[in-house]
Amino acid sequence: MLKILKQKAVSAPLLRAVVLSSRNYSVSAKQMNVREALNSALDEEMSADHKVFLMGEEVGEYQGAYKVTKGLLQKYGPERVVDTPITEAGFTGIGVGAAYYGLRPVVEFMTFNFAMQAIDHIINSAAKTNYMSSGNISVPIVFRGPNGAAAGVGAQHSQCYAAWYGAIPGLKVLAPYSSEDARGLLKAAIRDPDPVVFLENELLYGEYFPVSEEVLDAGFSIPIGKAKIEKEGKDVSIVAFSKMVGFSLKAAEILAKDGIDAEVINLRSIRPLDRSTINASVRRTNRLVTVEEGFPQHGVGAEICASIVEDSFGYLDAPVERIAGADVPMPYAANLERLALPQVEDIVRAAKRACYRSVPMSAAA
Amino acid sequence: MACSAAAKILHNPLLISSSRSAEKSDSCCKILGPSSFLGSTSLSKKLVSVNKGVSRASRRSANVVAVSSDVVKEKKLKSNSAAPSLLITKEEGLVLYEDMILGRVFEDMCAQMYYRGKMFGFVHLYNGQEAVSTGFIKLLKKEDCVVSTYRDHVHALSKGVPAREVMSELFGKTTGCCRGQGGSMHMFSKEHNVLGGFAFIGEGIPVATGAAFTSKYKREVLKEDCDEVTLAFFGDGTCNNGQFFECLNMAALWKLPIVFVVENNLWAIGMSHLRATSDPQIWKKGPAFGMPGVHVDGMDVLKVREVANEAIARARRGEGPTLVECETYRFRGHSLADPDELRDPAEKAHYATRDPITALKKYILENNLASEAELKAIEKKIDEVVEDAVEFADESPVPARSQLLENVFADPRGFGIGPDGKYRCEDPKFTEGTAQV
Repeated sequence: MLKILKQKAVSAPLLRAVVLSSRNYSVSAKQMNVREALNSALDEEMSADHKVFLMGEEVGEYQGAYKVTKGLLQKYGPERVVDTPITEAGFTGIGVGAAYYGLRPVVEFMTFNFAMQAIDHIINSAAKTNYMSSGNISVPIVFRGPNGAAAGVGAQHSQCYAAWYGAIPGLKVLAPYSSEDARGLLKAAIRDPDPVVFLENELLYGEYFPVSEEVLDAGFSIPIGKAKIEKEGKDVSIVAFSKMVGFSLKAAEILAKDGIDAEVINLRSIRPLDRSTINASVRRTNRLVTVEEGFPQHGVGAEICASIVEDSFGYLDAPVERIAGADVPMPYAANLERLALPQVEDIVRAAKRACYRSVPMSAAA
Repeated sequence: MACSAAAKILHNPLLISSSRSAEKSDSCCKILGPSSFLGSTSLSKKLVSVNKGVSRASRRSANVVAVSSDVVKEKKLKSNSAAPSLLITKEEGLVLYEDMILGRVFEDMCAQMYYRGKMFGFVHLYNGQEAVSTGFIKLLKKEDCVVSTYRDHVHALSKGVPAREVMSELFGKTTGCCRGQGGSMHMFSKEHNVLGGFAFIGEGIPVATGAAFTSKYKREVLKEDCDEVTLAFFGDGTCNNGQFFECLNMAALWKLPIVFVVENNLWAIGMSHLRATSDPQIWKKGPAFGMPGVHVDGMDVLKVREVANEAIARARRGEGPTLVECETYRFRGHSLADPDELRDPAEKAHYATRDPITALKKYILENNLASEAELKAIEKKIDEVVEDAVEFADESPVPARSQLLENVFADPRGFGIGPDGKYRCEDPKFTEGTAQV
């Protein structure tokens, strides 16, 4: 424990704050927020491999638009932490070209909404290239940044892109929830020889989660393509990713009081989708609720529902309940925004519907 | 303002007349002198003495010079020796000739094969533009990179990809350079550093800039001995695209070792360059971003080679990017599916008289660099190479069924974890195409 504390104190000043405020839930559990988890993962991977470099708007002198890359410019210098002009298409393409020719870039988008200006490079020159060149040219690049809704940022800053990127063969798409997910998946993504789209969530950056010693180890990583069962249960399976996992866990607590034992699955990986874990869970519980923040049509939940119908139709005791964001661009007014996004009550009601308890269909504004 | 005053002095003497002929006034060259190629100090010293109060920023832009290809002609005229100074040796001449003949014969063969149904989809031919590809790429080392557009067969051939592999790729056979998975528009070769082959115009420019970024990174961060240069080839239509400007900015900002080569053939499918562009002189866009912009006659391989030499040397020395506009022409339509009805036959006839291969042949014979017989032997050899490539491609097998799922990921575990809890790629039936994916 002491050795790891000393390591932390040397590497990044902000982690000293974590050491001082660590609580003792268990002997070895520390608290770390998602921002620190991402920062430490980037720091360790950059020091392990000199070909890894960061590129994006405000990643250097501003210490990161959301402070995720804090301290890295001071540690690694401006050649490895590159502040770019506001040119998403240009610098994303530059990252892809650098990956073609041998480096391992980590390209940050201030949010994935801005990545739409660069989506041609993410899909056409990154995702498809290993296939088009038949293995000649691989693209070991990571595209990371916040995805989905924040608080009151309006329609053009709030879209969730998991479904869009999840449809593309040649991409790996990850969506971490806790700090352990953030650290392990980002390390796995940086080490991976393929293009990875890493969808973070702005509202999760400040949330603290307990992390074990194993997670803090520099060699730690999580396998890509494996979902995690956050809470086991036997009555209904709730499948979610990113922030919705937190909501689903809260919903599970509420459902427990009503006698429904929900199983919560944290997808972690949108592509490849861990169909086997989801199917195995539904075969045990016979009921499925999918939760996502993004638009409902052609969403992640739609794909999961189709997968279950194809593979485990006979095991379903109720229709699949899909919860998604409202089918509207995100409104600005706070009460409308709350209505447009899934809330804990929505998950509770959907789970009860799946268990054939009678509940009102819509929430009050 | 001081800056704009400096700009005026710069551009007036160097202003290229709007006529696209090779004849330019000699007066503009005399001001430059033979050593003022691409922004040398002689011109900038003159400017500094005139504008004593010039700030640092404008002096930096004063170093940026737009040059006409007449400097090359000027060099030749100023030579004092009794014998004319030659631009190339015999060996170089034969290499250039062979490369251009290979490009021309290969593309003609592609047209034949397309109409016989052996090639399909989109095929874009390079006839008429060979001087640009040969002039630039024959100056590169193997480690230097080339990034191109969909009109990439000849760039791949010039860079060293064997004709057999390119032809097989076009036929969609498994012996192609991308095993038939890329096709005409996506020629990739790791061995010869051909980084594509892109269908979207402007897509290759940031990728090329990234490869140049890697060269600089290798030198400065990884401390490797690396002076590799990247060439980005693209057309006149691309020069109106946003990504082009983004990359001019970043390449100049970070002084990346890249040469932006514009193959201005005046037409983007059926859209004339003059109808699409507010200021048709593309070389001018270089100085706006702080790099030299050069215009050269792209139908003359020797002129292209001179300019290319200087631009590539500049990049290798670490002085940053250059924008080279090559005035060229494609003899065929945009693609083999293009009926090519909008171009004026008189224009086509004019450029046909400026065929780069005929011009080089004339130069070689007039300067007694080689005999007619040697050139004929080269043509015969290339005919055989291309015929052999066609035979090879014809006889090659089509890809096996299992190839469909291969190479989606470099790490095949990217297909995820199967129902039995193990990685899907570990299932022996995985690449047979019968496994569940």
